[in-house]
Amino acid sequence: MNQTMRVKRKARVETSVCVACGCCVKVCPMGALSISDGIYAKVDDSACVGCGKCAKECPASVISIEEVTA
Amino acid sequence: MKKRWYDDLWIASLLYLVLGFFNILFAWLGLLCFFIPLLIAAIGGNKGYCNRYCGRGQLFGLLGGRFGLSRRRDIPRWMKSKWFRYGFLIFFFAMFFQMLWNTYLVFAGAQDLKQVVTLLWTFRLPWHWAYHGTLLHPGVAQFAFGFYSVMLTSTVLGLLTMVLFKPRSWCVYCPMGTMTQLICKAKHPNTRS
Repeated sequence: MNQTMRVKRKARVETSVCVACGCCVKVCPMGALSISDGIYAKVDDSACVGCGKCAKECPASVISIEEVTA
Repeated sequence: MKKRWYDDLWIASLLYLVLGFFNILFAWLGLLCFFIPLLIAAIGGNKGYCNRYCGRGQLFGLLGGRFGLSRRRDIPRWMKSKWFRYGFLIFFFAMFFQMLWNTYLVFAGAQDLKQVVTLLWTFRLPWHWAYHGTLLHPGVAQFAFGFYSVMLTSTVLGLLTMVLFKPRSWCVYCPMGTMTQLICKAKHPNTRS
């Protein structure tokens, strides 16, 4: 089978500078984000569609949208 | 997304500032914004307050977001660094304890009640219309003036960074946010960031 490599866009959190405010959680339309133990934001890759709303909202600008091959 | 009851808590934050303009004793209610996040962090081990209930953050989100009063630029890197966030927390604490000390002096009778709101730890705004004398000790009013100063100062700082950077950039260096995150880190030593 000739499978083409799909490039998907996913949100990535720079957790060491995340302040866990939860702005990204509120704005995510897919419910893909959660605050892990009140320390940093975590992305559920299976739910993230890479729309970038969280990256735009993040007050600390610690979320980026990266292309990953799946 | 479904709207929850707590999505309108920005009204409470706004109301707090308005009420304190008319009667300074309402400033005491601000203690809720101190104790609730700390209790949630200490007992629940999460930042539920920041994540859901913080009216201050919602207010900035509304003004900077829907009302467009924000340039929506990235916050400078140093402002999200640990030394700045922890440094600001320590500074905030120092100012807070100085305020408590002034309150103590009034309670002890060593100092008279000063009916001023100190903005940005420097500027003394007249605020005498908000206090009419009560059956309570003047120290009770002194704490209210001091606490309202803390709340107004942090609101002004938050508004400033809201305009300059992203709407909720106050959340990056909010002392309560930093403190609750530290509590959560202590409670979950195995969660690495």
